Amino acid sequence: MSNTQNALPEPGAPMGHFVSDLPFDPNEGEAQNSAQARFAQASQRQLMWWQFRKHKVAYWCGVFLFLMYATVFISEFLAPYHQDTRNSDVIYSPPQPVHLFHEGAFIGPFVYGRDQTLDMETLRRVYTDDLTDVQPLRFFCQGDSYDFWGVIPGNFHLMCPAKGGEAFLLGTDRLGRDVLSRTIYGARISLTIGILGVTLSFVLGIVIGGLAGYHGGWFDAVTQRVIEVLQSIPSIPLWMALAAIIPVTWSPILVYIGITVILGMLDWTGLARAVRSKLLSLREEDYVLAARLMGAKSGRIIGRHMVPGFMSHLIATATLTIPAMILGETALSFLGIGLRAPISSWGILLTEARSVNIIALYPWLLFPVVPVILVILAFNFLGDGLRDAADPYK
Amino acid sequence: MIRYIFMRVLTMIPTLVLISILVFLIIELPPGDFFESHIAELQALGEDADLAEIEMLRERYGFDQPQVIRYLNWAGGMLTGDFGYSFEYRLPVNEVVGDRLWLTIVLSVLTILFTWALAFPIGIYSATHQYSWGDYGLTFLGLIGIAVPNFMLALVMMYFANTWFGISIGNLMDRQYLNEPLSWEKVQSILSHIWIPVVIIGMAGTAGMVRRLRANLLDELDKQYVVTAKAKGLHPKKVLRKYPLRMALNFFVSDIGSILPAMISGAEVTAIVLSLETTGPMLIRALQSQDMYLAGSFLMFLAFLTVIGVLISDIALAFLDPRIRLGAGSSK
Repeated sequence: MSNTQNALPEPGAPMGHFVSDLPFDPNEGEAQNSAQARFAQASQRQLMWWQFRKHKVAYWCGVFLFLMYATVFISEFLAPYHQDTRNSDVIYSPPQPVHLFHEGAFIGPFVYGRDQTLDMETLRRVYTDDLTDVQPLRFFCQGDSYDFWGVIPGNFHLMCPAKGGEAFLLGTDRLGRDVLSRTIYGARISLTIGILGVTLSFVLGIVIGGLAGYHGGWFDAVTQRVIEVLQSIPSIPLWMALAAIIPVTWSPILVYIGITVILGMLDWTGLARAVRSKLLSLREEDYVLAARLMGAKSGRIIGRHMVPGFMSHLIATATLTIPAMILGETALSFLGIGLRAPISSWGILLTEARSVNIIALYPWLLFPVVPVILVILAFNFLGDGLRDAADPYK
Repeated sequence: MIRYIFMRVLTMIPTLVLISILVFLIIELPPGDFFESHIAELQALGEDADLAEIEMLRERYGFDQPQVIRYLNWAGGMLTGDFGYSFEYRLPVNEVVGDRLWLTIVLSVLTILFTWALAFPIGIYSATHQYSWGDYGLTFLGLIGIAVPNFMLALVMMYFANTWFGISIGNLMDRQYLNEPLSWEKVQSILSHIWIPVVIIGMAGTAGMVRRLRANLLDELDKQYVVTAKAKGLHPKKVLRKYPLRMALNFFVSDIGSILPAMISGAEVTAIVLSLETTGPMLIRALQSQDMYLAGSFLMFLAFLTVIGVLISDIALAFLDPRIRLGAGSSK
């Protein structure tokens, strides 16, 4: 065939032409012009994710928060002691540092046993390391027994002290309870209260703000006034007043629910405003008009066409309001009108460090403020990152 | 302008009425009233309750009347300066409160001034030196200011003031001036104490304000009129001063409205920790003993303070920016 390629075909016969056997893809040229094409074809969700990934700090804060929230499910397992275990002979023990080497030899993580003496002048317990008493920490071990989530009994821990020994890595409080364990248990309350409160205010914000923004009229006017009122009362005094009303006779769980509801009930205003203003601007869009002309009901227009348009913004805004709730709970509990003892939250733990004397003598009781600060910082960064990612076309 | 102020003050009235209804509902929410818990408390202690006196008080404050009438009495009393009766102290609320309201106002005003004085230069620096080390450092400091709870900051500062300087920073004035009338010495004593709560309370507000000011100013700096001014050869400092700063100033004044409630919240908590002679400690005490008239008056007072603060910032804004006072009638 190749020798006849240049020659003209016989009259009437079809003209021969070359067809390559190689595989052929009509989109090849565009697809391999990689980045741009990927960007053009990506869904909005994917674009947001890429944008979010670029914000390294926000990304790692997200990972950190995910891990923090993951601990909430297995607090009992992670904590070396039960939160209520009282070691009455080691009260106000300072943190025991973890060592790896004993007299130059590596033996893995261990703590030294301690001798306790009472300083007769200041009446303080003085703990000194006994450098001959090596107490290796045990891992994946049997320790204090607990009821997992208050239901399933167990005694399996990630880490426990040596048999017959003790390991208070962050010291103990006035009843000899382990500060580290209590902080781990406290995360369960402090972290969930923020999430539950925001969920509640999120729902309220979308429903109320959505109705106000979409329907306008008297409902909008009333809502605007109510929001203005709620925003002009300083939140903590208002929370204080409502929290003080919770009857003393309520069980701790009810108090927990009550505080969550109070935090959520008063916090929806910012979200409702955001929803309303977004709806007001989206309402004028052509695609909403099109939907309305096709006879869609307002519920469908809001839910199907408008909410997806600003959901990402809302989530970012909500993320930025979680820190305020966590701080609010902490402050209320610290002042003694929020959650109450058997429950342990970071705020309740911090009430132990209420006076200057305690801070001077037993500074480790301040430790629960560290996770508070870290979580709040992380939520702030995460919220910033989400807000940038919410508008990936910018 | 006068018309704008007038309208603005008028819209304040329904807000205040709604706030007062809300506060009254909170006062009424707890089951039973102060008298019942008081009688129960006395009986638990084995003492006789003076039923006659209590009955008299009950009648005097209209506890036998329906809620609507009680609300009208309470709200009407407030208009004439009668804030009700503190059952715990057995004194009219006015007398119990004494200086505290004024001190709260002084503290709030000073905190706002402090916030402004700090946030303005820092915000400008951060925006004009975006992504420099100074910007990062200040941003980080600001974040710490947001993240550390007020009460912790107060406690820690109290501790360091104690160990480093040997001074005790609780309270707002030296003890001997507590019930004294206002005098120069008392003012001096207050001034020497008040800066610490001002710094503590102002911290979070300053941080938030710097953050928003920076973002706002950055937006302005990117605009075309700035580029034009620079292209025409205007000195960068002059460009900054003449254009973006003026725009940012607007935001700066209006932002008070958004940080004021948070600031007053923070002030209450800090005041409780530092046991300042402001409304905070007394509010929490009143709430704990369910002395609801006292608590209600405080809540109302704090809300009033916020509303007035926002009003002042709105009026200042109208002075600064003609667009606001002219557009107000149609858009609101």
